[in-house]
Amino acid sequence: MATVTLLETIGLSKNFEGLQAVDDVELVIPAGEIRAVIGPNGAGKTTLVSLVSGRLKPTQGSIRFKGEDITGLRAWDRVGRGIVYTFQVTSIYANLSCYENVALAVQRRMMGGLRDRLVLAEERVTKGIELALSRVGLADEMHRQAGELPYGHQRLLEVSMGLALEPELLILDEPTQGLALEEISGFCDLIRAISKRATVLLIEHNMSVVLELAELITVMDKGMVIAEGTPSEIERDPVVQRAYLGTDAAA
Amino acid sequence: MSRRISGKVLVIHLGIIALLLVAQFFLSPYHHINVARIMIFAAFALGYNVLLGYTGLLSLGHAMFFAAGVYGAGLPVFYLQFNALEAFATGVVSSFLLGVTFGLIVIRTSGVSFLIVTLMFAQAAFLTTLYFNEITLGDQGIVISQVLPPLEVGGAVLEFSDPDVKYNAALLLFGITFLVCIAIVYSPIGRVFVAIRENEARTRMLGYNTYKYKLVSLVISATISGAAGAMYALLFSYIGSTFASIEYSIFPLLWTLVGGMGTLIGPVLGTGLMFYLVDIASGLTESHLIVVGIVLVVLVLYFPKGLMGTIREKWLPWLP
Repeated sequence: MATVTLLETIGLSKNFEGLQAVDDVELVIPAGEIRAVIGPNGAGKTTLVSLVSGRLKPTQGSIRFKGEDITGLRAWDRVGRGIVYTFQVTSIYANLSCYENVALAVQRRMMGGLRDRLVLAEERVTKGIELALSRVGLADEMHRQAGELPYGHQRLLEVSMGLALEPELLILDEPTQGLALEEISGFCDLIRAISKRATVLLIEHNMSVVLELAELITVMDKGMVIAEGTPSEIERDPVVQRAYLGTDAAA
Repeated sequence: MSRRISGKVLVIHLGIIALLLVAQFFLSPYHHINVARIMIFAAFALGYNVLLGYTGLLSLGHAMFFAAGVYGAGLPVFYLQFNALEAFATGVVSSFLLGVTFGLIVIRTSGVSFLIVTLMFAQAAFLTTLYFNEITLGDQGIVISQVLPPLEVGGAVLEFSDPDVKYNAALLLFGITFLVCIAIVYSPIGRVFVAIRENEARTRMLGYNTYKYKLVSLVISATISGAAGAMYALLFSYIGSTFASIEYSIFPLLWTLVGGMGTLIGPVLGTGLMFYLVDIASGLTESHLIVVGIVLVVLVLYFPKGLMGTIREKWLPWLP
């Protein structure tokens, strides 16, 4: 099967008043892959995906998505193209029901012209919500207020909002952070299921999750990519061991 | 409409309009005119609430939109002999255009800076009405009842000095505004407004250009406020700088907060309550603001989310 490049960053850099958070990163992600980005705290992982999702503007370099230059597109337009970001710190509408949380994602897909902004068939929205919630196993919680959910379920709700947008590239920023051990294995199954329909870019600290899921791992340190390879290659790489695995990971 | 409106929600809201329609036959002349006034101010508060209650933007400058309606309707009557319909239209268009222009400038601010910028612009608008005193007669005001021609509608001649005309014109404005606000709240766009209120950063990452939606909310809010201003000028035949003063920015905020922001009935209830509170208190004592102040403190203590906001939270969670 010929691989199609979904995402490509060219010389991507971000400078925060002197601090080089992302330094000349060349990232190529083929469609359909699960890619993990790892690295010690402050390596620039979240900044990198913020550049890809459009939350931040790069200082230099460009981003291509499905062969098109999207460097100048705002975050909301990138969502329209299929790049969906889920937050590192759970960011849901705590005061609204799960139904309304996902409804916002579902109706975004359905809203084209002015007419859809004023009138939408609620049955279609409801159907989309049911589907998105059942994919993460939250169908029964539909009418509960999102803020009342246990933390693990809030993370699932967040992912379900991402799924409802029908992404081509789903960026998960430390999705298992704060999850209990038994929740993590379920989460891994979920990510594997998602990857059948979308490319997944995963930032993760939990090495066992990374080694289990990722096809390729990109290792960052001090804003730069210091290694890239399959899980077994990365485990053996002395540079990686020095920068990362040897110090604080072995989780 | 996006979310389906339940039967009881519809009955309650249409019931309020029906109640006001019937009430005119039972009210004494004094309350008759008061309620007409309240309905116009309630429309103003409803417009304000679209921005504050449903989009989460606190403006201290809505006097300029109300005044844009007042002057936009009143001046053409005074200088160009417009009839009431034409004048109402120019009033609404004025506030719409002011909303768009002003919105494009301020919509990138939020929170406290939004509040300050709206206040600044509204004060500038207030001073402008005084600066062009030769045209606006801002400091003394203009009475337009002598120049406003009666309106002929399908054979009937409507005199604006007639209390019944006042009442029903105010009711028409209020009813339409109320229905428009219900439609907005239940529409996909209304859902995005609430999302911006709850978490703007998240809403952007769900693919919504929040600046555009905030601008739309501001323009809707400004236009409704202007429609109320235009109607007020035509029915009560007075235009003056007072309507552009800070008081008229604070009133809708107060009415909305007392009644419950982010509820549909709240601003209506808040407007009526505040109006009669001031009215009754000033009949009791010369220092009536003390009474008003005490009542407000009690309200805040027992109804921290406003009357309807607290009632909804405790007993009627299905209210929009």
